[in-house]
Amino acid sequence: MYKENNADKKNRFLSALHNFYNRITRGFKGFINRFKDSSTPTKISHIIMGYGNIARRQIIKGLLFFLIEVSFLLIMIFSPEINSTPIGGKAIINFFTLGTEEGNIFTPTDNSMLMLLFGILTFGIIAMFYAVYITNIKSSYKADLDIRKGGHASTFKEDIASLLDERFHVAMLTPAIIGIVIFTLLPTIFMIFIAFTNFDSLHPAGQVLFDWVGLKNFTDIFSGQGEISVRFLPVLGWTLLWAFFATFTNYIGGILLALLINKKGVKYKKFWRTIFIITIALPQFISLLTMRKLLSEYGPINSFLVNSGIINSPIEFLANANNAWVARFTIITINIWIGIPFTMLMTSGILMNIPKDLYEAAQLDGATKKQAFFHITVPYILFITTPYLITSFIGNITNFNVIYLLTGGAPTVSGYIAGETDLLVTWLYKLTIDQSDYNIGSVVGILTFIITATATLLTYRRSKSYREEDAFQ
Amino acid sequence: MITTIKNKGAKPIKYKSVKASNRISLILSYTALTILAIIWMYPILWIILNAFRTEYNSSNQLIGIVVSHYFPKAVGLDNFKYLFTQTLFPRWFLNTLFVSSITFVLSTMLTLSVAYVMSKLKFKLRKTFLNIAIILGLFPGFMSMIAIYYILKALNLTQTLFALILVYSAGAGLGFYVAKGFFDIIPNSLIESSRLDGATNSQIFTKIVLPLSKPIIIYTALLAFIGPWMDFIFARVILGETNTHLHTVAVGLYYMMYGEYIDSNVFTTFAAGCVVVAIPIVTLFLLMQKYYIEGVTAGAVKG
Repeated sequence: MYKENNADKKNRFLSALHNFYNRITRGFKGFINRFKDSSTPTKISHIIMGYGNIARRQIIKGLLFFLIEVSFLLIMIFSPEINSTPIGGKAIINFFTLGTEEGNIFTPTDNSMLMLLFGILTFGIIAMFYAVYITNIKSSYKADLDIRKGGHASTFKEDIASLLDERFHVAMLTPAIIGIVIFTLLPTIFMIFIAFTNFDSLHPAGQVLFDWVGLKNFTDIFSGQGEISVRFLPVLGWTLLWAFFATFTNYIGGILLALLINKKGVKYKKFWRTIFIITIALPQFISLLTMRKLLSEYGPINSFLVNSGIINSPIEFLANANNAWVARFTIITINIWIGIPFTMLMTSGILMNIPKDLYEAAQLDGATKKQAFFHITVPYILFITTPYLITSFIGNITNFNVIYLLTGGAPTVSGYIAGETDLLVTWLYKLTIDQSDYNIGSVVGILTFIITATATLLTYRRSKSYREEDAFQ
Repeated sequence: MITTIKNKGAKPIKYKSVKASNRISLILSYTALTILAIIWMYPILWIILNAFRTEYNSSNQLIGIVVSHYFPKAVGLDNFKYLFTQTLFPRWFLNTLFVSSITFVLSTMLTLSVAYVMSKLKFKLRKTFLNIAIILGLFPGFMSMIAIYYILKALNLTQTLFALILVYSAGAGLGFYVAKGFFDIIPNSLIESSRLDGATNSQIFTKIVLPLSKPIIIYTALLAFIGPWMDFIFARVILGETNTHLHTVAVGLYYMMYGEYIDSNVFTTFAAGCVVVAIPIVTLFLLMQKYYIEGVTAGAVKG
């Protein structure tokens, strides 16, 4: 096998750097060349957006560009206020200061949180404006070229038509991208920045100013004191352990169950499958809260075990303060109940898709059923489901429902928020939603991301399905 | 009598003994399946039985959780009556139905359009978008909830069902992998030949690809519809804990059990609520099973 040596790595790094440099200079050169080559109206478009389009009677398009420029400039200059916090030019200053007005009974305190949020929003607006600005120049330049070739500048109707054809991807992606930017990208960036501030329960937004603290929240992990330093490693350890066991118990159990149901000669396959599918269809808050009640200290299962003399006193399955492993073991067991049907369903589909001629060929070669099973069925399932195994492992690292609804992190560790069964994500939830310690929560979120990203990079990018992602094209 | 047949070079197969061992292994299989089925049905049946349990305590209240006997001693519809007249459950149910009916239309459209573009159209920033989508998917989904909450507040939208619809639908563009896997399998030759016939990209998508994509449309729509019935986190944070009239079923029933006042007497009412929620969802799911399995298998194979 080919192994990358250090020289290769160095070369690869240099060529990546080279590519990056090329890309920037290419964009810059393109900009200059376009400017030199363009007609006077297009040149004016560099300053007054839409001028080139209007000069070519692309009135609607030109007006749109012009309006965007005007409103952008108005926002940047006059910085309109929402909740008495400005967006626009002032927001950029606020982004760096995070507020200066401590406030008294006459003036309210600057809201550092909104200042940060609107600062990021303003940077986003500038980036979007830049994209529109370049589009404006390109659009006017395209009209130049069209006319030079002896044609005409495209009409508004033609532009719309092109959105349904050669630029169909723009029409299809725009709504999705707007949604993603506002409700996923922007909030994620915001929370990443929060990790570098002291925005916590002692600095509630709008009452006390908070400020940038650099890497302090991260270095605090090593300080040996405080929630994050004491509880981080135990929570991380349990998260990984949980993800490992939850993934593999479900995986192996699900495959065994699928083999059992799909066994030759077993009748009423659909009936058996349906019994287990009901578990998938049942909303998790129902099944998990039911399990919690069933297994509670004075619940039916304990009552049955005590009454039938198997145990003397009730077992605290989900909150045994003396031994956290009782709750942990119980959670993983209940998760088997929750998760096996899903793997079973998936494996059933795969089992039915194994090409029959593989078995026929094996039979002709004199293979026994056992051999066929271990040399065809098992490898086939393993091969096909490896990507699933990876996504499932990552899914379990961030599996919120099972832990939160079953134990809520209990048994608790006195003095700390993270309990013995808290995962990184439930800890993050408690830190932000319950405790308002947003900065620590944010650090936990970033660390969770680093773990899931590492797991993904190590496996997913190497997997066939990513590298040959467009093999079908 | 033992008959043997000669297979080319293969071991002679002894029919009778195979039959006997088959029967034993079948009996074992049925036993295992029955035990497993009982384990899987036990909690579900327990909830159903409790929903119909109408035992009263000495102060003439519904008795709530009973540990001494699995099967109820008195059966009736009292819990449902209580649920629909004395709690806000009807309101929660309608809230959830409203949110999920709009969400599933919006999400399905967003998911399918992104999936199709990523699968079949070539454009400059395609790989960039794909990578950004993967990276964003790796952050814990609710890490950004605080920011979302304040963005909605700036838009004056917090604590309305409309906000919840926006939050559920807006992320749908990122969940395109399974549908993309499906579109990848549609042969490119089909699309190229339609292009030669003069079809535009939008016509190809709406008139040729979509009619072929019934399974994946149903799969995507099913998951999007069920989502709001299962979600617990976003509904709780965005609509606020105290606005009981805005709860969805998941939040409402959770607080019924683990709210500020833990009242174990409401357990049977909670059970009745679970049954009312579960019946339509499970039925829908079982009816659409075929498409669900197709989607899950496609997703697993493609990764």
